[in-house]
Amino acid sequence: MQTLDMSELDLRTVNATLQQQKADTNQTVWEIVNPKGSHAIAVGLDGPIEVAVRGSTGYYCAGMNKEATVHITGSAGPGVAENMMSGAVIVEGDASQYAGATGHGGLLVIKGNASSRCGISMKGIDIVVHGNIGHMSAFMAQSGNLVVLGDAGEALGDSLYEARLFIRGTVKSLGADCVEKEMRAEHLEILGDLLERSGTDAKPEDFKRYGSARQLYNFNVDNASAY
Amino acid sequence: MCGIVGLFLKDTKLQPQLGAMLTDMLVTMTDRGPDSAGIAIYGDGRDAGSKLTVQSHDPAADFADLDVFLKDLTGLSVSVTVKNTHAVVESSAQDLEVIRTALAEHRPSIRVMSAGNIIEIYKEVGLPKDVAQRFDVASMSGSHGIGHTRMATESAITTMGAHPFSTGSDQCLVHNGSLSNHNSLRRSLKREGMSFETENDSEVAAAYLTDRMNKGSNLGEALESSLDDLDGFFTFVVGTKDGFGVVRDPIACKPAVMAETDQYVAFGSEYRALVNLPGIEDARVWEPEPATVYFWEH
Repeated sequence: MQTLDMSELDLRTVNATLQQQKADTNQTVWEIVNPKGSHAIAVGLDGPIEVAVRGSTGYYCAGMNKEATVHITGSAGPGVAENMMSGAVIVEGDASQYAGATGHGGLLVIKGNASSRCGISMKGIDIVVHGNIGHMSAFMAQSGNLVVLGDAGEALGDSLYEARLFIRGTVKSLGADCVEKEMRAEHLEILGDLLERSGTDAKPEDFKRYGSARQLYNFNVDNASAY
Repeated sequence: MCGIVGLFLKDTKLQPQLGAMLTDMLVTMTDRGPDSAGIAIYGDGRDAGSKLTVQSHDPAADFADLDVFLKDLTGLSVSVTVKNTHAVVESSAQDLEVIRTALAEHRPSIRVMSAGNIIEIYKEVGLPKDVAQRFDVASMSGSHGIGHTRMATESAITTMGAHPFSTGSDQCLVHNGSLSNHNSLRRSLKREGMSFETENDSEVAAAYLTDRMNKGSNLGEALESSLDDLDGFFTFVVGTKDGFGVVRDPIACKPAVMAETDQYVAFGSEYRALVNLPGIEDARVWEPEPATVYFWEH
């Protein structure tokens, strides 16, 4: 394992070192020590490496991740795994605002709670939160899956497009155009796979599915005078 | 964007280190607010006396022989400790208003930063590390303290526009955000008898809480009602003589992290501000919920 100590190395050196690891690298296992809440740790990774961040992180950890697996042993600040393309990001603690925002792919697992705007404008990422999520989560979410073992805050899925939301606990309120939907066999299969990959034995049958009522984003000629 | 730090000590053994810990936290928040910085320190309780922290742009002239000047003017005995552009005027508690009035009339270039039994507020334009150094904040001891690094969005970069704002005895408030109904609220608070030093929105929030507490609310109740009456974005950290409170607006887009151990309660705009606190690895660390009041009292 290669160790990068942030009490000795500056952020640019740490990130440049990790970004140089491409598909053919032999150095596939890394750890970052003394992160001390720094911003933008391990962003823009572009190869199949494993990075353990030992501690808590500030803004935008593991943003734009591609193929790498980033494991944060503490909590993550705002915008963790923002715009992730592929790979995986695992947060052992809590995540702050807009976790997984605009993500195109990959898996984000938050083992604690996520605060407001989790999965805002998600575009294909899968997010599994073992705790609760805050208000305005999955706002304008376009595709992908948001799975929550705990409760959801106010205005879940407001102005939702085609992302699937699976919530086991209570939902404080649904946002505009978000409705509860029937859980069919294909959904149980997707959910079961995500739960297993996120390291929980929660049962898919205990969840409810929410999605778009498709009244808001479809052009409706009857409303033409309002535009 | 602004940076907020706060520390409320439960363990009295840490009190001599309060200023040093707060300085470290404040300087870490420099990139959230490089325009100006300020700190409120609740020092050792001397219930018999009162403290007036004042500021002048010409301290050499305004603070020279200030104790003699005040004694000649009022017949009261005071002690004056000058710290850079600020001075702490100590007197017996019942003399505070007489001294304050005398200063306003005869040394109008002196501005009052705070008044009370134990609070001292130091704030100036400049980088947080420079501001902290000018007042030697690191050497101060106390039971709790609040600091702020300002990136001005709402009004001018001036000493009086820096935080913390103090609008009542031993009270202070720092703010990250912007209020949208502060002008109408300022007008109605003026009708209630509150006075204002600046056009700053955060001063209105401080005065609002002072007004509520003057009318009998405790800190927690005053913060609770602010959620109904203040419109805009805010994370507030508030101090009273023996209390420490935090509230965020319902949208809660201004960042906040809290940590609690047996020794202290700490607040930071970011976790970075908390990383050097003793025992932080094992502290309970959480993000305060939107529209939820948190407060602690000694």
